[in-house]
Amino acid sequence: MSRLLKGERLALVRGGRLLFEDLDVELDAGEALHLIGPNGCGKSSLIRLVAGLLRPNAGRVERADAALADDSIALDRELPLGRALAFWKGPRLVEAMSTLDLDRLAHVPVRLLSTGQARRARLARVMASTAPLWLLDEPLNGLDRDGVQRLASAVAAHRSGGGAILAASHMPLGDGWRTLEMGQ
Amino acid sequence: MTGALIAREVRRGLHGSAWLPVAFFLLVATIVPFAVGPDARLLARIGGGALWIAALTAALLPIERLIEPDRADGVLDQLAMAGIAEEASSAAKIAGHWLTFGPMLLIAAVPGSFLVGLDSAALVRSLTSLAIGTPALAALAVAVAALTAGLPRAGSLAGLLLMPLAVPLVIFGALHSSPAQRSAPLGLRPSGENRRGEQQTARFFAHSHLAAFDLSAQMRRHLFE
Repeated sequence: MSRLLKGERLALVRGGRLLFEDLDVELDAGEALHLIGPNGCGKSSLIRLVAGLLRPNAGRVERADAALADDSIALDRELPLGRALAFWKGPRLVEAMSTLDLDRLAHVPVRLLSTGQARRARLARVMASTAPLWLLDEPLNGLDRDGVQRLASAVAAHRSGGGAILAASHMPLGDGWRTLEMGQ
Repeated sequence: MTGALIAREVRRGLHGSAWLPVAFFLLVATIVPFAVGPDARLLARIGGGALWIAALTAALLPIERLIEPDRADGVLDQLAMAGIAEEASSAAKIAGHWLTFGPMLLIAAVPGSFLVGLDSAALVRSLTSLAIGTPALAALAVAVAALTAGLPRAGSLAGLLLMPLAVPLVIFGALHSSPAQRSAPLGLRPSGENRRGEQQTARFFAHSHLAAFDLSAQMRRHLFE
């Protein structure tokens, strides 16, 4: 199986505080890793580090192409959702929008979306990309039951298609996830 | 993707208040005759420089919307994830910002030049210098916006930073705007019209390119913090 993520002996200091050290993280095709741990233990920072948006103080990360869904919406608020998402040029945008039931919102300006709809929009950007590695920071926040199910099926489809997922969440993400407990 | 980024900058610029810097530019040009009096000869002498000061102050207005919203919204993160070099997105930002700022300023410079009493020859000189100089001004504005993004009271801080950085621009811009026969700022005396133009163009472009690289370094700093 092909290796999609390999982080070796990672250490990260933020704001003068050591968040983690000697942390190894690996993901092969088809795998999913669930980061758990108390607030402030460095889950989101690890995701940003893997994304390449933070530099580790020690260790190194090798990864395949990745797509990130975190707290920031990164969509132009004045544009209709469909056009705002299209800016990111995801090749599978149409598919992703129907998977997350965003079709009917394509003409709604991003600023009028509800919390849950905006969360779906962030996930849609990830799903629309062809990146094999998905990085999801608290993907279930704000999602309703239908959204949680749709995400679960998208995750399953992505894994069976040879993708891998690294997610941080306080809520259970379903079956088949390895867990990595941080902040011990 | 760079083309899409430029288009996005233009759209956002026009969607916001693109007329605001232009209105500001004209207001400053209107105030000059009130401040120095109605002496036509004096006005004609300082008019070119006054237009440059008006352009500089107008360039301050859009600074806060250039980088900070994209930093706060995670757009810079997503651009980095999409594998777009910071230099490319900086250059796109500068180009997009200039397109919403430069041409409108040049149009406004025509009525502006009448307000400060320039004759048609001086108007042409002023327009040329502004046409060459506004890309550098746009580049500086975006660079300062990147430098101050995320800081409290970024708007006022940006003013303090932009003014001194723009000094070389204003010197060469006003030098080109001023009538050839009289003494120029800092005693700079051009040896020939063409050579002077070439030198200035080179300086303006050097200025704006340096700003672009400084800007991408700043973007990187925002990304990794």
